[in-house]
Amino acid sequence: MIALNREIIEIAKELDVVFFRQRLKEHAVKIGMSVLNQTKLITASSELVRNMLKYAGGGQICIEVINEKMQIGIKVTFEDKGPGIPDIHKAMQDGFSTGKSLGLGLPGAKRLVNEFDIKSEIGKGTIVTIVRWKNGL
Amino acid sequence: MDRIPILKMGNFLLVTIQVDMYDRLALNLENDLVTMIRRVEAKGVLIDISAVSIVDSFMGRILGNIASMSKILDAETVVVGMQPAVAITLVELGLPLTGVHTALDVEKGMILLKNKLNLIEEDDDEDKDPDDSTE
Amino acid sequence: MNNALADLLLKNQKEILEQWMKNQLSNNTLREDLMSNENLRRQSQELLDLFLKAVKKGNYDDLNTREYEGIIEMLQGISISRAQQGYSPKETAIFVFSLKEALINTIVKADGDSKEAVNSILIINNLLDQLGIITFETFIRGRESVILRQTQEINEISTPVIRVWEGILALPIIGTLDSARTQIVMENLLQEIVNTGSSIAILDISGVPAVDSLVAQHLIKTVSATRLMGAECIISGIRAEIAQTIVHLGIDLSNIQTKASLASALKLAFAMLQLEVKKGERKIIK
Repeated sequence: MIALNREIIEIAKELDVVFFRQRLKEHAVKIGMSVLNQTKLITASSELVRNMLKYAGGGQICIEVINEKMQIGIKVTFEDKGPGIPDIHKAMQDGFSTGKSLGLGLPGAKRLVNEFDIKSEIGKGTIVTIVRWKNGL
Repeated sequence: MDRIPILKMGNFLLVTIQVDMYDRLALNLENDLVTMIRRVEAKGVLIDISAVSIVDSFMGRILGNIASMSKILDAETVVVGMQPAVAITLVELGLPLTGVHTALDVEKGMILLKNKLNLIEEDDDEDKDPDDSTE
Repeated sequence: MNNALADLLLKNQKEILEQWMKNQLSNNTLREDLMSNENLRRQSQELLDLFLKAVKKGNYDDLNTREYEGIIEMLQGISISRAQQGYSPKETAIFVFSLKEALINTIVKADGDSKEAVNSILIINNLLDQLGIITFETFIRGRESVILRQTQEINEISTPVIRVWEGILALPIIGTLDSARTQIVMENLLQEIVNTGSSIAILDISGVPAVDSLVAQHLIKTVSATRLMGAECIISGIRAEIAQTIVHLGIDLSNIQTKASLASALKLAFAMLQLEVKKGERKIIK
């Protein structure tokens, strides 16, 4: 995997989310991603960045343009130093929420991207990585 | 700032979302709309989201909430102009917004709202004056 | 020291080309139907020139240098165009490997028994293998791009959206409905709804061989997305056996308007738009 472009964005307050989504969109447009795939990527990211703000009070996001096996795509890594997720399996189920949301955040985001990876350690934080290929379905 | 303007047109309230939504803004919109429906006794709410490129689960929930709350206050809500990519994404996300009325554009949304209100009025007025609605 | 090799090759340039051409022409994989001999000769000449230019400085192993840019670019161009023209991998490989034979022959002829010659042969062997690998890689990439383009074409052709009436779209689906197809169907349909301002879409599944729970889920998704846009969706062309499987699998389609035939779906669409189709009075033409 080759990272062609890389940008790190700090998230501490809600308005940072707007900036992050704009930057993500710019990267997606630059590699010629279709509007539908852009929308899916940004919507998934929007869910994940909300989780980050809500449960960890913020964190760091890394946007990368990557190239692998002749595919070009965007990888976004969400890293926070929050309380961590006690039961990832449960958190990935539709309709499960400890907050007052619909519980679609994590499972919904997973459905919208091509690759989804989540690692969490209690008391240390959570890292979520998603990849959306330019031409992937 | 942090507010989306709400226009009043007769019995209807009209909202056009032209900016990038974030959670606070969506919550304020929900609040303002419901307050306004109550205050002006609006019968219909039309929300134009044709300029919105991202609707995530939070924003979707707010739209659903607005529809349910206005229903309780006896007003119909129509969401119009959703982008194709947004519609597909919402379905994939698992949020088909079943309780919300939709229309292709503002014009069709207005017709839908009027039809809904006319139907209700017709039902009410049937005994008194059946020709009222054709005026 | 190896400049001697380059000099030798440069001196025998004409001979190498002749030998190479002979090798190519005598090989039974020659595709005269795809490229004329004159064109092949021109291509070979050009490649040989670039090759000799590249080795002039005595660099025989590092292909990531400026000297090799020209030849690699040309090889890639040739491989891609050959892949698209329908050459087989063997035919493309012969093009490069027959040059190796010609080069080695020249070295052997000049001074076949010396230790130097053995060394030179090894070097040339290595270099041409590397160039061969580049050819392969590019050839496969060329093929893949052909496949990708065909897939896209098939997907586009197989999901036409037809405007049957003002405000009514029909979308006949033919073939299996997998998630990739569904995505394209949805995109095309929704975009067409926006373009034409249609409020009713008829999804005809007469051409779908089987409906299982996954296909049904895709259909439901399409209907949900259409509704989000503010249009209504009717599914038509449901064959008896499909109706049976739907019920046996316990799939709930009760929220979706379904019709047996496209004609009855169209009738329903007219009713929804408050349109009436009437038989006209016969006009007497005198």
